[in-house]
Amino acid sequence: MNYYLGIDLGSTTSKAVIVDENDQVVGRGITNTRANYEVAAELAKQQAIYNTRFYLLKEKQGKVLLQKKEYQTFFKDLENVFQYLQFEDRFVKLKEEMAKVASQLKHVDSAKIKDILNKILTEIDTELKVKYLKENLGNKNQFFRDIVSERYNEKLEQSDKAYFEPLMNIFDKSINPIENEIVNYDFQNLVHESIDLLEKYYHNLLHADVDEISSDFRSELELLAGNYKNIKEDFRSHIENVAKENIVIANMVGTGYGRALLPFPAECIRSEILCHAYGAHALFPKTRTVLDIGGQDTKAIQVDQYGMVTSFHMNDRCAAGCGRYLGYIANEFGLSLNELGPMTMEAKKETNICSTCTVFAGAEVRELLNVGEQKEDILAGLHKAIVSRAFSLIARSGGVKNEFTFTGGVARNQAIVKYVTELVRNSYGNDITINIHTDSIFMGSLGGALFARRNINVNLDTKKMKSAEKA
Amino acid sequence: MTNTKEVKKDKSMILQKEMIAKQFQDLATAKEQGKKVVYTFVPGNLSELIHAFDMIPVYPEINALQSGMRKKSGAFIKDSEKIGYSEDICTYVKCDVGMMMNGNIGPYGEKIPAPDLLLLSYTGCFTFMKWFENLERIYPGVPVAMLHTPYQEDGKITPEMVTYMVKQLKEDVIPKMEKVSGKKFDETKLKEVLKHARQTQELINQIFQMPKYTPSPIDAYFAGVYYIGPINTGFRGTPEAVEYYTLLLEEINERAKLGLGPVTPEGGMTEEKYRLVVEGPPNWTSFREFWKLFYDMGAVVVASSYTKVGGVYDLGFRHNPDKPLESLAEYCMSCYTNYNLPQRIDLLKKCITEYKADGFLVHSIKSCNSFSAGQLAMMRKIEEDLQIPVGFIESDLVDPRYFSYSNIKNRLESFFQMLEQRKTIMNQN
Repeated sequence: MNYYLGIDLGSTTSKAVIVDENDQVVGRGITNTRANYEVAAELAKQQAIYNTRFYLLKEKQGKVLLQKKEYQTFFKDLENVFQYLQFEDRFVKLKEEMAKVASQLKHVDSAKIKDILNKILTEIDTELKVKYLKENLGNKNQFFRDIVSERYNEKLEQSDKAYFEPLMNIFDKSINPIENEIVNYDFQNLVHESIDLLEKYYHNLLHADVDEISSDFRSELELLAGNYKNIKEDFRSHIENVAKENIVIANMVGTGYGRALLPFPAECIRSEILCHAYGAHALFPKTRTVLDIGGQDTKAIQVDQYGMVTSFHMNDRCAAGCGRYLGYIANEFGLSLNELGPMTMEAKKETNICSTCTVFAGAEVRELLNVGEQKEDILAGLHKAIVSRAFSLIARSGGVKNEFTFTGGVARNQAIVKYVTELVRNSYGNDITINIHTDSIFMGSLGGALFARRNINVNLDTKKMKSAEKA
Repeated sequence: MTNTKEVKKDKSMILQKEMIAKQFQDLATAKEQGKKVVYTFVPGNLSELIHAFDMIPVYPEINALQSGMRKKSGAFIKDSEKIGYSEDICTYVKCDVGMMMNGNIGPYGEKIPAPDLLLLSYTGCFTFMKWFENLERIYPGVPVAMLHTPYQEDGKITPEMVTYMVKQLKEDVIPKMEKVSGKKFDETKLKEVLKHARQTQELINQIFQMPKYTPSPIDAYFAGVYYIGPINTGFRGTPEAVEYYTLLLEEINERAKLGLGPVTPEGGMTEEKYRLVVEGPPNWTSFREFWKLFYDMGAVVVASSYTKVGGVYDLGFRHNPDKPLESLAEYCMSCYTNYNLPQRIDLLKKCITEYKADGFLVHSIKSCNSFSAGQLAMMRKIEEDLQIPVGFIESDLVDPRYFSYSNIKNRLESFFQMLEQRKTIMNQN
């Protein structure tokens, strides 16, 4: 079977999608975009290929087995452990790097600093293992840097403030080289390692104190109890087959903000306008208007019945209506991006925000907090402001036509979705069907992959494909 | 640009260069030769009348665009901002004011003489009026002649509108020109000039019809702005213009016969992938880069509204020597920006259909209200009526700060890919 890859190199995140010959999405990968686009593209691709193998295991090889509940649990756990091992590998390297940087530190209390550092990193290690294995962290589209830095910052807050600065410096100096390293794992080895670890994990769980295990987990565990060795054996040949499967990327298309910098031949580069539209068309064929709010640009796109773009408008001089605005606002409030949406949904009203500029909005927020406005209400005002700005672009591009599809990373924020829905209803009526897919952040890369499948007469550099086959 | 390719210049290009160089020389020595200088604007210009009085026209916006192409406008604009011109004012005005602040040395390095008359013959652009009010302050005591040009609000020129304009010409404009030039108005001479103008108009109209061929032997926007050079810079009505356009038409006919595409700064275009109709003036400060974005992607402009700012000849208008003043009036009222929006839409649609364009593109100008107003509405209507892909990009005339290469490239790439995709899918269905 041939596979087709689409990579969307955005300003904030890089996404990869793989489709098969039947346009079925079989793999997705996402990572944060770094200064080094090549690394970002490679990592997203690598993730998408691993994801494809798990797809094949789930939908093809192991389909019959996976009708049973205990097999599903095993499969889910296997995926989590697989993610964890990759994380752990990078985390070990980060620890080494940080130890190296710490040893070069010229500070009167350097021994003390090293102690604190070791303690913090050990704690993080333990906490994250639990998060990965029990709380499915690997599938939450969070990135290595964010995952580690969020916890590292927390720990620093709690420890001796006198060492805050040097400890922060150690992290800042170490994270970039580690984050930008491409590690090519062999799927087969990694999956075996995962099974071994999983076995230990089940074993430990079975011998753990009953009180340590939550009740719903207990019931799942009972299904697996004494059985996991059989389950593993049943999966074995399927896993071997999937690992051996040659994932041939027959063609690929790169898109997004950084597309010109992708290591792709020129004929494999597509505009993100076309890709987002095509992705939206593939999932919702009746789409006529697409709104995509990405990291630094917002696009209003009109498409016809074939998914062809007929016209589009993008923000030109100002990025105040884009995802980065949310990032900035989250910083202002000391929140993570993921917390913004839920907190905004708690608002009782929308505080009016006058600033059309992200930087000025920051000052306005502080002023509004001073005069006693509620955090949630200010956030609501800011969310509404972004959406109104996007809607003026939509108006410029010819308005909302039925059906309307909302895409881009920002579509994951439920408050944004609420205001988009509200504005569509208020300005264009109740008859408009609004589509928002759970994969909306992957829409551009999906469009890219579909273009790749349709234009197969491209000579790809075989070297670039090697790493794909290995992954 | 690192273009090492030696591109052979056409005879017409050399001739045009000589004509314009001579014109600036004449200007530099105008005062010594006892010639009077009239500042006026391209849209709805009365060049024929100026020639009939043996005066020399100067077009401030042409100087501004030439300064833009020679990378001089940025500094001029900053100078004018220093004395209080705001960021939002037309950058032609600011470039022109900055040039005057720096000794009024024109784009070719020759000093441009002070005006003996400010002749405002087109009032559709409000900025023109303000521009001359400013020049009046810079050159105290300079006489101003103003001809009010009624807008084609109802999409037509009525006999009353013509009468109204002829009255102004007779009672105000011509007497002022007589006074400044010290010469009596000579209708026979004007008729003679108008005969040449008519011939020129006939020729340029044929030139802009050449995109009826595939591939189009001309680019009607980027090369088009060179083609309209002489006709828009005071040569209309002269025998030199007739000679230039005759030669140009011959060259283009030759290209068409050989099945050749347009000439670009890097030689003849080999592959015509997309045919476009473009609305709006080009960017001048990055003109070459802007053009290159098009020809590198195989896009040819088959018609543009900008090449009609100095006169729309597609619909049959020609100066009429038998009715000299009436035809001057009609000419002023029928320049492109004096058309109402439905007329502009009709004209653009006619171009799209006749020259088989694949797409319609608007290049909107940040600091030009008279051109930019209504462009989105026009685009929507054209998209709806013709079911043709449309695109919208934005920069500025001569302020280099507003040309964002990567933004424009990004949008153009998307636009061209839209056209490509459409062709692919249309072929499949």
